[in-house]
Amino acid sequence: MTESRMLTGWGRTAPSAARVITGADDEALIAAVLGAGPRGLLARGSGRAYGDVAQNAGGVIVDMTRRARIVSWDARQGVVTVESGVTLDRLLRTVVPAGWCLPVIPGTGHVTVGGAIAADVHGKNHGSQGGFGAHVLAFDLLTGNGSVRTATPGSEVFQATVGGMGLTGVVLRATLRLIPVTTAWVRVTRQRAGRLDSVLAGLMTADHAVAWLDLSRTGARTGRGVLTLGSPAEPDELPPGTDPLAYAAVRSSPALAVPVSPLFRPQVIGAANSVIYRRAPSVPRSVARPMADYFFPLDRVIAWNRAYGRGGFVQYQFVLPHDAAETLHRVITMLASADRGVSLAVLKRLGPGGSGLLSFPTAGWTLAADLPACTALADRLDRLDRLVAGAGGRVYLAKDARLRPDVLTAMYPKLARFRAVRRALDPAGIFTSDLARRLSL
Amino acid sequence: MIDALGVPQSVLLLGGTSEIGLAIVDRYLDRRPVRVVLAGRPSERLDSAVARLTARATRVDTVDFDAKDLASQQTALQQSFSAGDIDVAIVAFGVLGDQPAPENDPATAAHLATVNFTAAMNVGIILARAMRRQGHGVIVALSSVAAVRPRHSNFIYGATKAGMDAFYRGLADSLDGSGVDVLVVRAGPVRTRMTAHLPDRPLTSSPEAVAAAVTEAVWRRRTVLWTPRSMRIIAWIIRLLPRRLLRKVP
Repeated sequence: MTESRMLTGWGRTAPSAARVITGADDEALIAAVLGAGPRGLLARGSGRAYGDVAQNAGGVIVDMTRRARIVSWDARQGVVTVESGVTLDRLLRTVVPAGWCLPVIPGTGHVTVGGAIAADVHGKNHGSQGGFGAHVLAFDLLTGNGSVRTATPGSEVFQATVGGMGLTGVVLRATLRLIPVTTAWVRVTRQRAGRLDSVLAGLMTADHAVAWLDLSRTGARTGRGVLTLGSPAEPDELPPGTDPLAYAAVRSSPALAVPVSPLFRPQVIGAANSVIYRRAPSVPRSVARPMADYFFPLDRVIAWNRAYGRGGFVQYQFVLPHDAAETLHRVITMLASADRGVSLAVLKRLGPGGSGLLSFPTAGWTLAADLPACTALADRLDRLDRLVAGAGGRVYLAKDARLRPDVLTAMYPKLARFRAVRRALDPAGIFTSDLARRLSL
Repeated sequence: MIDALGVPQSVLLLGGTSEIGLAIVDRYLDRRPVRVVLAGRPSERLDSAVARLTARATRVDTVDFDAKDLASQQTALQQSFSAGDIDVAIVAFGVLGDQPAPENDPATAAHLATVNFTAAMNVGIILARAMRRQGHGVIVALSSVAAVRPRHSNFIYGATKAGMDAFYRGLADSLDGSGVDVLVVRAGPVRTRMTAHLPDRPLTSSPEAVAAAVTEAVWRRRTVLWTPRSMRIIAWIIRLLPRRLLRKVP
């Protein structure tokens, strides 16, 4: 089925129109690729990327979410082959009860496996497990000439596709390696930290670590936050009578869709941040939580992105090397003084980068800041791009909706190689996106 | 593409020497280097605009465009889109045609109608088709407060702008869901070359102020912009006044 639709990313900014094809089988997809017009074609998953990476103005979008079958599943080896439209949540429902889990889990379970490969998503444990792509054993890629090739780690096609934002072709199926778990629960330890430095120190102490930051304070308290550390829970830690491997999905409630955004004023954000900070324990406190509650805090509210109103929001996520702590402080201070405030800021530690040519993760600190969109933000973020690029960092393209194009090559030194592989794979330039046009990828 | 914070990559100015149009281009260039296409008749003023913009734009192209010559406009616009997508197209050409000249001369009045209305409509249809194919873009049409309230000293100009204004509002509706937005700018008196010989009227603004309001309205995906904003209220009050009283206003 084909229909013309307006699409945006999760941030609901910069809409564009595309012809959307849904529910296509392999043959129909091949025909769509061969028949793609001058504006090209792009696969789209759940639309959870924040910016315009899954939009293709005037062209074709293939909605992959109906291609969501589990093709084969080996519960003894912990290897699963799925169609790329399967969401991580759906996959976990299948594999967790058999004692297996995805090694890398991002902040929402609604992303598809195809999207997770295209963005090479990371979790709270990047230091020990790397990105999503590090656990992909193989995938089938539909390329520009209509042929399907199987890519395995080490090949150029694989490296260009992992983190390649869908610009090398359409991932049809993927085979993933899982890790064993004894329970579907996580031991979650929370503690507040009064200064950014103590937050950073805390993030070094566990495999799974994330910090929520309060960017409403000024001075020394800028960047105080709450640490959340996770580790696999043992069966004896669970509430009595629970089936240790029963996977409980997040129970979610709908968000209020508001035409204007009265919630996201600096004063309201500041007050909410204080409450969150004060309610967190001052000494470490541990509790066993169902896995999904721990991994997918954002999924507790359905369509929470609508709460930002018509203007939408942008997420600025960057990584800075560990030795650039001074720049990190500066960037955080500059973000904290943004006109309409920072509604949510999350800090994590990343380990060394993987093999993806356009993959985001590199060793360092990564901060993701949600900012209500307004035109005054443009100059501020442009200045931050310079700072981040100058310190050897980069901005995450899966979140991007506004990066200044002239810093891209500094941020992604393997861009030239990516372009070469993409040109060889897709000489006619069939696979393209609004992001690719905006940044001349 | 226009990004999430309203920064475009390319801007087309139809009426390449329009001061308000150039002020909008400058406003975008203040943010980031942008590719600029100036469409207008070859002139010294156009050359000097190119020279001035070249330092800040990624690239400046010119296209021969004559608002009087409807038959040539298809080609001119094709050329304008030849180097890639146009994110913002500004329809800024127009003539004021000081009355009473057009009142006494139907040919002058018809000329006003050709440039301000017929050509604007011709261009709007071609732009809409090109941008529909892109799946994104914004058309900024410079209308006037006179379109809503013509005074007896400028009603022929006002009539041509009223036609243009109605056309672009209708175009906005017809483009719903296409990814293309239309912004109709109803500017009050603006201090420009076109109005330099007239005395300053109350609420007279500058091209820069109009440009700031336009770039913000483009980002907000508005359809009608009154600038200054108080013009909207004034126009509404005036609509309630009896005509006999209105006639006394010059």
